[in-house]
Amino acid sequence: MTLERKLSREQIAERAAQELPGGAYVNLGWGIPNLIAAYVPERAGVIFHSENGILGMGPRARPGEEDYDLVDAMKAPVTILPGGSYFSQVDAHMMTRGGHLDVAVLGGLQVSERGDLANWKVPGAKSSGGIGGAMDIAVGARRLLITMEHVTKNGEPKIVRTCTYPLTALQCVTTIITDLAVIDVVPTGLQLREVAPGVSAEEVQSVTEPRLIVPSRVPEMRLRAK
Amino acid sequence: MTRLKNKIYPSVDAAVADVSDGASLMFGGFGGAGFPNELIRAVGRKGARNLFAISNNCGTGEGELSVLFKNKQIRRVIAAFPGPQSTYFQQQVESGEVEYELVPQGILCERMRAYGAGIPAFFSPVGVGTEVAQGKEERSINGRRCILESALGADFALIRALKADPLGNLVYRKAARNFNPVMATAAKITIVEVSEIVPVGSLDPETIVTPSVFVHRIVAVGGAHDA
Repeated sequence: MTLERKLSREQIAERAAQELPGGAYVNLGWGIPNLIAAYVPERAGVIFHSENGILGMGPRARPGEEDYDLVDAMKAPVTILPGGSYFSQVDAHMMTRGGHLDVAVLGGLQVSERGDLANWKVPGAKSSGGIGGAMDIAVGARRLLITMEHVTKNGEPKIVRTCTYPLTALQCVTTIITDLAVIDVVPTGLQLREVAPGVSAEEVQSVTEPRLIVPSRVPEMRLRAK
Repeated sequence: MTRLKNKIYPSVDAAVADVSDGASLMFGGFGGAGFPNELIRAVGRKGARNLFAISNNCGTGEGELSVLFKNKQIRRVIAAFPGPQSTYFQQQVESGEVEYELVPQGILCERMRAYGAGIPAFFSPVGVGTEVAQGKEERSINGRRCILESALGADFALIRALKADPLGNLVYRKAARNFNPVMATAAKITIVEVSEIVPVGSLDPETIVTPSVFVHRIVAVGGAHDA
């Protein structure tokens, strides 16, 4: 597969942003999900949740205006929008685990054909890894989107029959958005919804371990970002 | 005449003077905000060893909990996200000097909440089928797989707030609240460092986040936050 036709991380983020309904309460994870807010128009009224205790989180703080008591879960100084609130860790995860958030978007290392997610640790890594809020978010989100590259750096499929990496949660993923495709987890398996511009369903299948359900017509993603 | 318990300590060192070897301690803070950095440094100076640390993170560079890992004062850890810059922690995990257990972040604080609320254990769907379920009782509740999680308490909670009154009522600042209020409920002795101690009656009862009953020791350390 030629590299030129794969989407950039920004394009994956742009496509994921299109999945967020107006007014939705949304948690964005680390990595590609962190790029999504830039593609959500203000008029959409999407309210961002940060698991360290912010609802109504706004964009990054401008240089010179950083307040290190107002940071996101990855320590970046952010802002709060009118109507936002601060709360404790307990409340922050009541919102995730309790099913109060409409959509969560997390990064992924592997997603299985029944929607299991592995996203917190690479097997054999020296480091302890870190679970953070991922398990609570994955279990509780009403819709869980995973944004990730379609294959690993070594070209191995990340969409697999069974996850071999340490699991985050079972049967939790709703939709996978990659640099090649949008794929929905449906009761009968994985269904191809869209392909990246210029990419065929056969090409997506060739780097996806489980057999995809491919409707007769699979539209291309519509994107503006480069 | 009012009889106030004197909760105000003259220094962070005085406030942690009875933190002894083998003590269990909760440390507030998340993402660089709300860490009780002055109390952490005082525990470092006190030099108590074999500590059991309960914290979201495990240090950043030379700061936060790294102070105690660098001194090799911590033997055992429960954490949700040790963090990419928890260098001393990672080194001591590799060398076998530190034992650790990773806990999903929402379960970490919920276990504290349960302890503070007098609930010994609870069933939760978080972690089912993952390595955090190992060794835990599993049960199907209303058709959903759940695992049994136990309450989590500690000898001491070291926390950071913006303001306290002399009774120990606390208010926090922005996202520096995080784990601090729940840890205050889950320890035998809760020690808070604050920017400022204000007179009794000057905090609006409607806005107090941690009521005074949960707080045992107060130290004023200045500073709006530790950048």
